[in-house]
Amino acid sequence: MTRFRVSVHIVPRQGLLDPQGKAVSDALHALGFHAVADVHVGRHLVIETEAQDAPAAEASVRVMCERLLANPVTEDFEIAQCVEVVAA
Amino acid sequence: MKIGIVRFPGSNCDDDAFRAVVDYLGEQAVMLWHKDHDLQGSDVIILPGGFSYGDYLRAGAIARFSPIMREVVAHAERGAPLLGICNGFQIACEAGLLPGALLRNDSLQFRSLPVIVKVEQTATRFTAAAEEGQLLTIPIAHGDGRFTADEETIARLEGEGQVVFRYTNAAGECTADANPNGSMRNIAGVANATRNVVGLMPHPERAVDPLLGSRDGLVVFESLLVAVHA
Repeated sequence: MTRFRVSVHIVPRQGLLDPQGKAVSDALHALGFHAVADVHVGRHLVIETEAQDAPAAEASVRVMCERLLANPVTEDFEIAQCVEVVAA
Repeated sequence: MKIGIVRFPGSNCDDDAFRAVVDYLGEQAVMLWHKDHDLQGSDVIILPGGFSYGDYLRAGAIARFSPIMREVVAHAERGAPLLGICNGFQIACEAGLLPGALLRNDSLQFRSLPVIVKVEQTATRFTAAAEEGQLLTIPIAHGDGRFTADEETIARLEGEGQVVFRYTNAAGECTADANPNGSMRNIAGVANATRNVVGLMPHPERAVDPLLGSRDGLVVFESLLVAVHA
């Protein structure tokens, strides 16, 4: 088994009201970043897990997202990165 | 009748629920520890309000995996009555016992104030003693109360009479101003398809005595003593 570090992005589903994203967007506009068109605030999780290989690590984290980490009613997730943890 | 109240780490309305059913309804109640696997013969389960597990990840997301939830889900699936109040509503949604999800209030503010809700469905174990259209003044206290579901689910809830409570103004109208959190269709509480499970964001257990400003919440508990006219 090898240890992998898997990063996951969880974001509010497109089309759902995202008041937090809206508040951040408004604040950015107030700061003069008028080019900002849209902001969504989500969560970023970094999970270290043992697995046979990288696809197995990703598959395992995908199940974790479906069962606990993301709410299937309101959130989408994507695995942003999966890298082998090299012992120092 | 024996009413079991589940105590999670971070529950804070458990004692209020206990007092509501013991002191004001006159029934027997028992506190159930979330790590147990025994409902101690409870006929009714209440998932109380609070901040179980500090609302980490999402409100109710971790509590639904507490050991006792296996028995709680089996209780609900048997058709036995279950009431989820505030955080208990969030836990019931996370556990798949009720449809939809409760998201951050559209105001981004924690809202703590008395609101008016209209009883839309009286054929449930928790509204049978109420009149259809009855207006209840009950407090809310939450940051994540915006009821959300996909269009298909909303249509089913409306079509099947699963919307139990709606936020209204004093005239009973579902206006945007009367909606304290941006819930879809002003929905304050829903039932499952078999209507034995009801969840709501307002706190009926905090409205059982004039000293608390209202006793309108008592009807939710009194309904347990009424046969459901389904």
